[in-house]
Amino acid sequence: MNKLKATLLTKTGLNRVLIRLSHEIMEKHASIENLALVGIRTRGEIIAKRIFKNIDSLYNEKIYFGTLDVTFYRDDFSSNLGSPKVGPSDITFDVNNKHIILVDDVLYTGRTIRAAIEEIFSFGRPASIKLCVLVDRGHRELPIRADFIGKNYPTSINEHIHVYVQEIDKKERVDLLTY
Amino acid sequence: MHKLETKHLLGLEFISKKDIEKIIDVGFIFREVLERPIKKVPTLQGKNILNLFFENSTRTKISFELAEKRLSADVTNFSSSFSSVQKGESLKDTVQNIQSMKMDCVVMRHPVPGSCIQLQNYVDSVIINAGDGTHEHPTQALLDIMSIKEKFGKIKNLKIGIVGDILHSRVALSNIFGLVKLGAKVKVCGPPHLIQRDIEMLNIEKTYNVDELIEWADVLNVLRIQKERMGVGIIPSIREYRKFFGITNERLLNHNKELVIMHPGPMNRGVEIDSEIADSSQAIILDQVLNGVAVRMSVLYLLLGNNELES
Repeated sequence: MNKLKATLLTKTGLNRVLIRLSHEIMEKHASIENLALVGIRTRGEIIAKRIFKNIDSLYNEKIYFGTLDVTFYRDDFSSNLGSPKVGPSDITFDVNNKHIILVDDVLYTGRTIRAAIEEIFSFGRPASIKLCVLVDRGHRELPIRADFIGKNYPTSINEHIHVYVQEIDKKERVDLLTY
Repeated sequence: MHKLETKHLLGLEFISKKDIEKIIDVGFIFREVLERPIKKVPTLQGKNILNLFFENSTRTKISFELAEKRLSADVTNFSSSFSSVQKGESLKDTVQNIQSMKMDCVVMRHPVPGSCIQLQNYVDSVIINAGDGTHEHPTQALLDIMSIKEKFGKIKNLKIGIVGDILHSRVALSNIFGLVKLGAKVKVCGPPHLIQRDIEMLNIEKTYNVDELIEWADVLNVLRIQKERMGVGIIPSIREYRKFFGITNERLLNHNKELVIMHPGPMNRGVEIDSEIADSSQAIILDQVLNGVAVRMSVLYLLLGNNELES
Protein backbone atom coordinates (compact mmCIF):
# COMPACT_ATOMS: atom_id res chain seq x y z
CA MET A 1 0.00 0.00 0.00
CA ASN A 2 1.20 3.46 -0.86
CA LYS A 3 0.90 5.90 2.03
CA LEU A 4 1.04 9.64 1.56
CA LYS A 5 3.93 11.05 3.59
CA ALA A 6 4.08 14.64 2.43
CA THR A 7 3.10 16.95 -0.39
CA LEU A 8 6.32 18.35 -1.81
CA LEU A 9 4.77 20.82 -4.21
CA THR A 10 1.27 22.23 -4.40
CA LYS A 11 -0.33 23.47 -7.59
CA THR A 12 1.01 27.00 -7.05
CA GLY A 13 4.42 25.72 -6.03
CA LEU A 14 4.62 23.49 -9.12
CA ASN A 15 3.71 26.38 -11.37
CA ARG A 16 6.39 28.62 -9.85
CA VAL A 17 9.04 25.95 -10.19
CA LEU A 18 8.17 25.57 -13.86
CA ILE A 19 8.42 29.33 -14.41
CA ARG A 20 11.85 29.36 -12.74
CA LEU A 21 13.02 26.44 -14.88
CA SER A 22 11.84 28.28 -18.01
CA HIS A 23 13.86 31.35 -16.99
CA GLU A 24 16.91 29.25 -16.16
CA ILE A 25 16.84 27.52 -19.53
CA MET A 26 16.62 30.89 -21.29
CA GLU A 27 19.38 32.34 -19.10
CA LYS A 28 21.76 29.52 -20.06
CA HIS A 29 21.04 29.84 -23.77
CA ALA A 30 21.95 33.21 -25.23
CA SER A 31 21.05 31.98 -28.68
CA ILE A 32 17.88 29.98 -28.87
CA GLU A 33 18.03 29.46 -32.59
CA ASN A 34 18.84 25.75 -32.33
CA LEU A 35 17.24 25.07 -28.96
CA ALA A 36 14.80 22.16 -28.68
CA LEU A 37 12.73 20.79 -25.80
CA VAL A 38 12.06 17.07 -25.82
CA GLY A 39 9.66 15.66 -23.24
CA ILE A 40 9.81 12.04 -22.16
CA ARG A 41 6.40 10.36 -22.10
CA THR A 42 4.13 10.61 -20.37
CA ARG A 43 4.53 13.21 -17.65
CA GLY A 44 7.81 14.60 -18.95
CA GLU A 45 5.90 15.52 -22.10
CA ILE A 46 3.35 17.52 -20.11
CA ILE A 47 6.06 19.31 -18.15
CA ALA A 48 7.98 20.09 -21.34
CA LYS A 49 4.80 21.53 -22.85
CA ARG A 50 4.36 23.85 -19.86
CA ILE A 51 7.95 25.08 -20.15
CA PHE A 52 7.44 25.58 -23.88
CA LYS A 53 4.35 27.68 -23.20
CA ASN A 54 6.14 29.66 -20.47
CA ILE A 55 9.02 30.51 -22.82
CA ASP A 56 6.50 31.56 -25.43
CA SER A 57 4.58 33.85 -23.08
CA LEU A 58 7.56 35.20 -21.09
CA TYR A 59 9.97 35.76 -23.98
CA ASN A 60 7.69 35.57 -26.96
CA GLU A 61 10.00 32.95 -28.42
CA LYS A 62 9.06 29.65 -30.00
CA ILE A 63 11.59 26.84 -29.74
CA TYR A 64 11.55 23.36 -31.26
CA PHE A 65 9.44 20.80 -29.43
CA GLY A 66 9.24 17.02 -29.50
CA THR A 67 8.32 13.98 -27.44
CA LEU A 68 10.03 10.66 -26.87
CA ASP A 69 8.73 7.27 -25.85
CA VAL A 70 11.69 5.29 -24.57
CA THR A 71 9.93 1.94 -24.12
CA PHE A 72 11.78 0.24 -26.97
CA TYR A 73 15.12 1.46 -25.61
CA ARG A 74 14.75 0.42 -22.00
CA ASP A 75 17.19 -2.10 -20.52
CA ASP A 76 14.59 -3.60 -18.18
CA PHE A 77 12.25 -4.34 -21.05
CA SER A 78 11.67 -8.03 -20.32
CA SER A 79 11.14 -7.66 -16.58
CA ASN A 80 9.35 -4.35 -16.47
CA LEU A 81 5.71 -5.42 -16.39
CA GLY A 82 4.43 -2.17 -15.00
CA SER A 83 5.82 0.25 -17.54
CA PRO A 84 3.43 2.79 -19.01
CA LYS A 85 1.54 2.20 -22.22
CA VAL A 86 3.81 2.54 -25.21
CA GLY A 87 3.21 5.37 -27.67
CA PRO A 88 4.99 6.83 -30.67
CA SER A 89 7.84 9.30 -30.41
CA ASP A 90 7.12 12.57 -32.13
CA ILE A 91 10.16 14.50 -33.27
CA THR A 92 9.42 16.34 -36.47
CA PHE A 93 12.38 18.73 -36.51
CA ASP A 94 15.88 17.81 -37.70
CA VAL A 95 17.84 16.75 -34.63
CA ASN A 96 21.22 17.38 -36.26
CA ASN A 97 23.13 20.27 -34.64
CA LYS A 98 20.30 21.12 -32.24
CA HIS A 99 20.84 21.85 -28.57
CA ILE A 100 18.41 19.39 -27.01
CA ILE A 101 16.98 19.69 -23.54
CA LEU A 102 15.43 16.45 -22.32
CA VAL A 103 12.58 16.96 -19.87
CA ASP A 104 11.31 14.40 -17.37
CA ASP A 105 9.29 14.50 -14.19
CA VAL A 106 11.40 12.53 -11.70
CA LEU A 107 15.12 11.71 -11.97
CA TYR A 108 15.86 8.47 -10.13
CA THR A 109 18.21 5.70 -11.39
CA GLY A 110 19.03 7.55 -14.61
CA ARG A 111 18.11 4.56 -16.76
CA THR A 112 15.23 6.30 -18.52
CA ILE A 113 17.54 9.17 -19.40
CA ARG A 114 20.16 6.73 -20.72
CA ALA A 115 17.49 5.21 -22.96
CA ALA A 116 16.29 8.66 -24.07
CA ILE A 117 19.82 9.78 -25.00
CA GLU A 118 20.28 6.66 -27.09
CA GLU A 119 16.94 7.17 -28.80
CA ILE A 120 17.78 10.81 -29.62
CA PHE A 121 20.82 9.55 -31.51
CA SER A 122 18.60 7.39 -33.70
CA PHE A 123 17.13 10.63 -35.04
CA GLY A 124 20.48 12.33 -35.73
CA ARG A 125 23.50 13.93 -34.12
CA PRO A 126 22.59 16.79 -31.80
CA ALA A 127 25.06 19.55 -30.90
CA SER A 128 24.42 18.92 -27.20
CA ILE A 129 21.97 17.26 -24.83
CA LYS A 130 21.03 18.72 -21.46
CA LEU A 131 18.63 17.43 -18.85
CA CYS A 132 15.83 19.22 -17.04
CA VAL A 133 13.81 17.45 -14.31
CA LEU A 134 11.05 18.52 -11.99
CA VAL A 135 12.30 16.46 -9.03
CA ASP A 136 15.68 14.84 -8.42
CA ARG A 137 15.22 12.09 -5.83
CA GLY A 138 18.74 10.62 -5.87
CA HIS A 139 19.76 6.92 -6.08
CA ARG A 140 21.52 7.17 -9.42
CA GLU A 141 22.75 3.93 -10.94
CA LEU A 142 24.44 5.60 -13.93
CA PRO A 143 26.76 8.62 -14.27
CA ILE A 144 23.94 11.01 -15.17
CA ARG A 145 23.08 14.39 -13.64
CA ALA A 146 20.50 17.04 -14.38
CA ASP A 147 21.38 20.54 -15.62
CA PHE A 148 18.09 22.12 -14.57
CA ILE A 149 16.41 20.87 -11.40
CA GLY A 150 13.02 21.96 -10.11
CA LYS A 151 13.35 20.47 -6.65
CA ASN A 152 16.07 18.42 -5.03
CA TYR A 153 14.57 15.90 -2.70
CA PRO A 154 16.80 13.07 -1.40
CA THR A 155 14.56 10.09 -0.71
CA SER A 156 14.96 6.67 0.80
CA ILE A 157 14.66 3.65 -1.47
CA ASN A 158 11.22 2.63 -0.19
CA GLU A 159 9.74 6.01 -0.94
CA HIS A 160 8.13 7.04 -4.17
CA ILE A 161 7.58 10.43 -5.73
CA HIS A 162 4.44 10.90 -7.75
CA VAL A 163 3.91 13.90 -9.97
CA TYR A 164 0.24 14.60 -10.67
CA VAL A 165 -0.65 16.84 -13.60
CA GLN A 166 -4.03 18.19 -14.60
CA GLU A 167 -3.94 16.73 -18.14
CA ILE A 168 -3.60 13.13 -16.92
CA ASP A 169 -4.54 12.97 -13.26
CA LYS A 170 -7.14 15.75 -12.98
CA LYS A 171 -5.14 17.20 -10.12
CA GLU A 172 -1.89 19.04 -9.81
CA ARG A 173 0.75 18.45 -7.15
CA VAL A 174 3.85 16.43 -6.23
CA ASP A 175 3.48 13.84 -3.47
CA LEU A 176 5.96 11.82 -1.48
CA LEU A 177 4.61 8.33 -0.87
CA THR A 178 5.96 5.47 1.17
CA TYR A 179 5.43 1.77 0.59
CA MET B 1 0.58 -3.72 -20.53
CA HIS B 2 2.88 -5.04 -23.30
CA LYS B 3 1.47 -8.46 -23.17
CA LEU B 4 -0.82 -10.59 -25.25
CA GLU B 5 -3.17 -13.21 -23.88
CA THR B 6 -1.76 -15.70 -26.34
CA LYS B 7 1.71 -17.18 -26.11
CA HIS B 8 2.07 -17.97 -29.81
CA LEU B 9 0.71 -16.60 -33.06
CA LEU B 10 -0.60 -19.72 -34.74
CA GLY B 11 -3.58 -18.21 -36.47
CA LEU B 12 -6.14 -15.46 -36.05
CA GLU B 13 -8.75 -18.11 -35.30
CA PHE B 14 -7.05 -18.75 -31.98
CA ILE B 15 -6.42 -15.24 -30.66
CA SER B 16 -8.80 -12.77 -29.11
CA LYS B 17 -10.16 -9.57 -30.54
CA LYS B 18 -8.27 -7.72 -27.81
CA ASP B 19 -4.96 -9.23 -28.88
CA ILE B 20 -5.57 -8.37 -32.53
CA GLU B 21 -6.37 -4.78 -31.62
CA LYS B 22 -3.25 -4.52 -29.46
CA ILE B 23 -1.02 -5.87 -32.24
CA ILE B 24 -2.48 -3.33 -34.68
CA ASP B 25 -2.13 -0.41 -32.23
CA VAL B 26 1.50 -1.22 -31.47
CA GLY B 27 2.02 -1.73 -35.22
CA PHE B 28 1.22 1.93 -35.80
CA ILE B 29 3.84 2.89 -33.21
CA PHE B 30 6.44 0.88 -35.10
CA ARG B 31 5.37 2.68 -38.27
CA GLU B 32 6.75 5.81 -36.63
CA VAL B 33 10.03 4.00 -35.84
CA LEU B 34 10.28 3.07 -39.53
CA GLU B 35 10.14 6.74 -40.51
CA ARG B 36 13.27 7.58 -38.49
CA PRO B 37 16.71 8.02 -40.04
CA ILE B 38 17.91 5.06 -37.97
CA LYS B 39 15.16 2.48 -38.12
CA LYS B 40 16.52 0.19 -35.47
CA VAL B 41 15.63 -0.09 -31.79
CA PRO B 42 17.49 -2.23 -29.23
CA THR B 43 14.34 -3.82 -27.81
CA LEU B 44 15.00 -7.49 -28.52
CA GLN B 45 18.74 -7.44 -27.94
CA GLY B 46 20.00 -10.90 -27.06
CA LYS B 47 16.89 -12.74 -28.27
CA ASN B 48 17.45 -15.55 -30.75
CA ILE B 49 14.97 -15.99 -33.56
CA LEU B 50 14.97 -18.84 -36.06
CA ASN B 51 13.31 -18.38 -39.42
CA LEU B 52 12.31 -21.84 -40.45
CA PHE B 53 11.11 -21.84 -44.04
CA PHE B 54 10.11 -25.18 -45.52
CA GLU B 55 8.47 -23.46 -48.46
CA ASN B 56 9.66 -20.80 -50.85
CA SER B 57 8.99 -17.28 -49.76
CA THR B 58 10.58 -14.00 -50.65
CA ARG B 59 8.59 -11.15 -49.24
CA THR B 60 7.34 -12.75 -46.06
CA LYS B 61 10.84 -13.92 -45.24
CA ILE B 62 12.43 -10.57 -46.01
CA SER B 63 9.71 -8.79 -44.07
CA PHE B 64 10.21 -10.99 -41.01
CA GLU B 65 13.97 -10.72 -41.23
CA LEU B 66 13.80 -6.93 -41.48
CA ALA B 67 11.42 -6.77 -38.53
CA GLU B 68 13.70 -8.97 -36.45
CA LYS B 69 16.82 -7.02 -37.34
CA ARG B 70 15.17 -3.68 -36.66
CA LEU B 71 14.36 -4.94 -33.19
CA SER B 72 18.05 -5.93 -32.76
CA ALA B 73 17.32 -9.65 -32.37
CA ASP B 74 19.82 -12.28 -33.49
CA VAL B 75 18.49 -13.97 -36.61
CA THR B 76 19.21 -17.44 -37.93
CA ASN B 77 17.78 -18.58 -41.24
CA PHE B 78 16.90 -22.08 -42.26
CA SER B 79 15.48 -22.76 -45.70
CA SER B 80 14.54 -25.99 -47.27
CA SER B 81 12.64 -26.67 -50.41
CA PHE B 82 9.57 -28.78 -49.96
CA SER B 83 10.88 -31.61 -52.12
CA SER B 84 13.94 -32.22 -49.95
CA VAL B 85 11.97 -32.62 -46.77
CA GLN B 86 9.55 -35.34 -45.86
CA LYS B 87 6.68 -33.82 -43.97
CA GLY B 88 6.00 -35.37 -40.59
CA GLU B 89 9.29 -36.84 -39.60
CA SER B 90 11.43 -33.93 -40.62
CA LEU B 91 9.39 -31.57 -38.53
CA LYS B 92 10.03 -33.66 -35.47
CA ASP B 93 13.72 -33.80 -36.30
CA THR B 94 13.89 -30.07 -36.67
CA VAL B 95 12.07 -29.63 -33.41
CA GLN B 96 14.79 -31.51 -31.57
CA ASN B 97 17.38 -29.23 -33.10
CA ILE B 98 15.47 -26.15 -32.02
CA GLN B 99 15.26 -27.52 -28.50
CA SER B 100 18.98 -27.91 -28.24
CA MET B 101 19.75 -24.58 -29.87
CA LYS B 102 17.72 -22.74 -27.24
CA MET B 103 15.80 -20.48 -29.59
CA ASP B 104 13.54 -17.83 -28.10
CA CYS B 105 11.27 -17.74 -31.10
CA VAL B 106 10.61 -19.78 -34.22
CA VAL B 107 9.00 -18.23 -37.28
CA MET B 108 7.83 -21.09 -39.43
CA ARG B 109 6.44 -21.53 -42.90
CA HIS B 110 5.46 -25.05 -43.77
CA PRO B 111 3.37 -26.57 -46.58
CA VAL B 112 1.33 -28.74 -44.21
CA PRO B 113 -1.75 -27.12 -42.66
CA GLY B 114 -1.58 -27.14 -38.88
CA SER B 115 2.15 -27.83 -38.69
CA CYS B 116 2.70 -24.84 -36.38
CA ILE B 117 0.07 -26.16 -34.03
CA GLN B 118 1.93 -29.43 -33.88
CA LEU B 119 5.21 -27.65 -33.29
CA GLN B 120 4.01 -26.05 -30.08
CA ASN B 121 3.66 -29.48 -28.49
CA TYR B 122 7.39 -30.00 -28.75
CA VAL B 123 9.08 -26.66 -28.06
CA ASP B 124 9.01 -23.99 -25.38
CA SER B 125 9.93 -21.28 -27.88
CA VAL B 126 7.42 -18.71 -29.03
CA ILE B 127 6.00 -19.89 -32.35
CA ILE B 128 4.89 -17.57 -35.11
CA ASN B 129 3.09 -18.97 -38.10
CA ALA B 130 4.39 -17.49 -41.35
CA GLY B 131 1.96 -19.54 -43.41
CA ASP B 132 1.05 -23.20 -42.97
CA GLY B 133 -0.24 -24.69 -46.17
CA THR B 134 -3.81 -23.73 -46.97
CA HIS B 135 -4.59 -23.04 -43.32
CA GLU B 136 -3.55 -19.59 -42.06
CA HIS B 137 -1.14 -16.74 -42.67
CA PRO B 138 -1.85 -14.56 -39.64
CA THR B 139 0.75 -11.81 -40.11
CA GLN B 140 -0.48 -11.19 -43.66
CA ALA B 141 -4.01 -10.73 -42.37
CA LEU B 142 -2.77 -8.48 -39.56
CA LEU B 143 -0.98 -6.22 -42.04
CA ASP B 144 -4.08 -6.19 -44.23
CA ILE B 145 -6.21 -5.17 -41.26
CA MET B 146 -3.66 -2.52 -40.27
CA SER B 147 -3.67 -1.12 -43.82
CA ILE B 148 -7.48 -0.97 -43.87
CA LYS B 149 -7.49 0.74 -40.49
CA GLU B 150 -4.89 3.22 -41.69
CA LYS B 151 -7.10 4.09 -44.65
CA PHE B 152 -10.50 4.21 -42.93
CA GLY B 153 -9.62 4.75 -39.27
CA LYS B 154 -11.83 1.81 -38.29
CA ILE B 155 -12.70 -1.77 -39.17
CA LYS B 156 -16.16 -2.20 -37.72
CA ASN B 157 -18.98 -2.38 -40.28
CA LEU B 158 -16.67 -1.93 -43.25
CA LYS B 159 -17.48 -4.12 -46.21
CA ILE B 160 -14.48 -6.17 -47.28
CA GLY B 161 -14.60 -8.24 -50.45
CA ILE B 162 -12.09 -11.01 -51.04
CA VAL B 163 -11.81 -12.32 -54.59
CA GLY B 164 -9.85 -15.26 -55.94
CA ASP B 165 -9.07 -18.84 -55.05
CA ILE B 166 -10.57 -18.83 -51.56
CA LEU B 167 -10.31 -22.59 -51.11
CA HIS B 168 -6.53 -22.75 -51.27
CA SER B 169 -5.82 -19.35 -49.75
CA ARG B 170 -4.42 -19.07 -46.24
CA VAL B 171 -4.47 -15.30 -46.69
CA ALA B 172 -8.23 -15.39 -47.20
CA LEU B 173 -8.87 -17.60 -44.20
CA SER B 174 -6.77 -15.50 -41.81
CA ASN B 175 -8.37 -12.34 -43.15
CA ILE B 176 -11.84 -13.78 -42.58
CA PHE B 177 -11.10 -14.79 -38.97
CA GLY B 178 -9.50 -11.44 -38.13
CA LEU B 179 -11.97 -9.17 -39.88
CA VAL B 180 -15.06 -10.96 -38.56
CA LYS B 181 -13.68 -10.71 -35.00
CA LEU B 182 -13.24 -6.97 -35.44
CA GLY B 183 -16.81 -6.54 -36.68
CA ALA B 184 -16.26 -6.10 -40.41
CA LYS B 185 -18.60 -7.53 -43.01
CA VAL B 186 -16.84 -9.97 -45.31
CA LYS B 187 -17.95 -11.35 -48.65
CA VAL B 188 -15.88 -13.76 -50.69
CA CYS B 189 -16.01 -14.26 -54.43
CA GLY B 190 -14.47 -16.71 -56.87
CA PRO B 191 -15.23 -19.70 -59.05
CA PRO B 192 -17.74 -21.97 -57.23
CA HIS B 193 -15.34 -24.90 -56.99
CA LEU B 194 -12.72 -22.65 -55.36
CA ILE B 195 -14.89 -21.58 -52.43
CA GLN B 196 -15.58 -23.87 -49.48
CA ARG B 197 -19.17 -25.09 -49.68
CA ASP B 198 -20.05 -24.16 -46.10
CA ILE B 199 -17.98 -21.00 -45.83
CA GLU B 200 -21.04 -19.10 -44.54
CA MET B 201 -20.42 -20.90 -41.24
CA LEU B 202 -17.65 -18.36 -40.63
CA ASN B 203 -20.28 -15.61 -40.50
CA ILE B 204 -19.51 -14.29 -43.95
CA GLU B 205 -21.30 -14.20 -47.29
CA LYS B 206 -20.30 -15.49 -50.69
CA THR B 207 -21.07 -14.62 -54.27
CA TYR B 208 -19.96 -15.95 -57.64
CA ASN B 209 -20.49 -12.62 -59.36
CA VAL B 210 -17.57 -10.25 -59.12
CA ASP B 211 -19.63 -7.25 -60.30
CA GLU B 212 -22.01 -7.78 -57.41
CA LEU B 213 -19.01 -7.83 -55.07
CA ILE B 214 -17.58 -4.59 -56.45
CA GLU B 215 -20.95 -2.87 -56.10
CA TRP B 216 -21.16 -3.96 -52.45
CA ALA B 217 -17.60 -3.54 -51.13
CA ASP B 218 -15.61 -0.67 -49.59
CA VAL B 219 -12.37 -2.63 -49.91
CA LEU B 220 -11.39 -5.30 -52.38
CA ASN B 221 -8.65 -7.75 -51.42
CA VAL B 222 -7.54 -9.36 -54.66
CA LEU B 223 -5.83 -12.70 -54.15
CA ARG B 224 -3.05 -13.99 -56.31
CA ILE B 225 -3.98 -16.67 -58.78
CA GLN B 226 -1.36 -19.30 -58.27
CA LYS B 227 -0.10 -20.18 -61.72
CA GLU B 228 0.89 -23.62 -60.49
CA ARG B 229 -2.83 -24.36 -60.24
CA MET B 230 -3.52 -23.27 -63.79
CA GLY B 231 -4.42 -25.85 -66.39
CA VAL B 232 -4.61 -28.72 -63.96
CA GLY B 233 -8.36 -28.79 -64.01
CA ILE B 234 -8.75 -26.13 -61.36
CA ILE B 235 -8.57 -23.02 -63.47
CA PRO B 236 -8.95 -23.84 -67.16
CA SER B 237 -7.21 -20.77 -68.56
CA ILE B 238 -5.89 -17.36 -67.59
CA ARG B 239 -8.18 -15.71 -70.14
CA GLU B 240 -11.25 -17.34 -68.71
CA TYR B 241 -10.36 -16.39 -65.15
CA ARG B 242 -9.62 -12.83 -66.16
CA LYS B 243 -12.92 -12.57 -68.00
CA PHE B 244 -15.04 -13.71 -65.08
CA PHE B 245 -13.08 -12.70 -61.98
CA GLY B 246 -10.26 -10.35 -63.00
CA ILE B 247 -10.30 -6.86 -61.56
CA THR B 248 -9.94 -5.15 -64.90
CA ASN B 249 -9.93 -1.50 -65.75
CA GLU B 250 -13.13 -1.74 -67.81
CA ARG B 251 -14.90 -3.56 -65.02
CA LEU B 252 -14.11 -0.89 -62.43
CA LEU B 253 -15.01 1.90 -64.85
CA ASN B 254 -18.49 0.36 -65.17
CA HIS B 255 -18.99 0.77 -61.44
CA ASN B 256 -18.74 4.43 -60.74
CA LYS B 257 -17.43 4.19 -57.18
CA GLU B 258 -14.40 4.66 -54.95
CA LEU B 259 -12.89 1.38 -53.97
CA VAL B 260 -9.73 0.58 -52.03
CA ILE B 261 -7.73 -2.17 -53.73
CA MET B 262 -5.43 -4.52 -51.86
CA HIS B 263 -3.24 -7.39 -52.98
CA PRO B 264 -1.03 -9.64 -50.85
CA GLY B 265 1.48 -10.03 -53.68
CA PRO B 266 3.20 -11.11 -55.76
CA MET B 267 0.83 -9.80 -58.40
CA ASN B 268 0.07 -11.37 -61.76
CA ARG B 269 -0.57 -8.18 -63.67
CA GLY B 270 -3.12 -8.74 -66.39
CA VAL B 271 -4.55 -11.83 -64.71
CA GLU B 272 -6.31 -11.17 -61.41
CA ILE B 273 -5.58 -7.44 -61.52
CA ASP B 274 -4.85 -4.91 -64.25
CA SER B 275 -1.68 -2.85 -64.18
CA GLU B 276 -3.59 0.43 -64.32
CA ILE B 277 -5.48 -0.50 -61.17
CA ALA B 278 -2.47 -1.84 -59.29
CA ASP B 279 -0.62 1.42 -59.94
CA SER B 280 -3.57 3.74 -59.32
CA SER B 281 -4.08 5.86 -56.24
CA GLN B 282 -6.89 3.61 -55.01
CA ALA B 283 -4.45 0.72 -54.56
CA ILE B 284 -2.72 0.53 -51.17
CA ILE B 285 -0.52 -2.40 -52.12
CA LEU B 286 2.78 -0.71 -51.27
CA ASP B 287 1.42 0.56 -47.95
CA GLN B 288 0.64 -3.07 -47.16
CA VAL B 289 4.30 -3.97 -47.63
CA LEU B 290 5.49 -1.24 -45.25
CA ASN B 291 2.81 -2.12 -42.72
CA GLY B 292 3.96 -5.72 -43.00
CA VAL B 293 7.30 -4.89 -41.42
CA ALA B 294 5.66 -2.75 -38.74
CA VAL B 295 3.05 -5.33 -37.78
CA ARG B 296 5.63 -8.11 -37.64
CA MET B 297 7.77 -5.94 -35.35
CA SER B 298 4.69 -5.50 -33.22
CA VAL B 299 4.00 -9.25 -33.05
CA LEU B 300 7.61 -10.06 -32.16
CA TYR B 301 7.74 -7.29 -29.58
CA LEU B 302 4.51 -8.28 -27.90
CA LEU B 303 5.19 -12.01 -27.91
CA LEU B 304 8.85 -11.93 -26.93
CA GLY B 305 8.52 -9.03 -24.54
CA ASN B 306 7.39 -10.65 -21.37
CA ASN B 307 7.27 -14.29 -22.28
CA GLU B 308 10.28 -15.44 -20.35
CA LEU B 309 11.28 -18.88 -21.51
CA GLU B 310 10.25 -21.56 -19.11
CA SER B 311 13.48 -23.09 -17.96
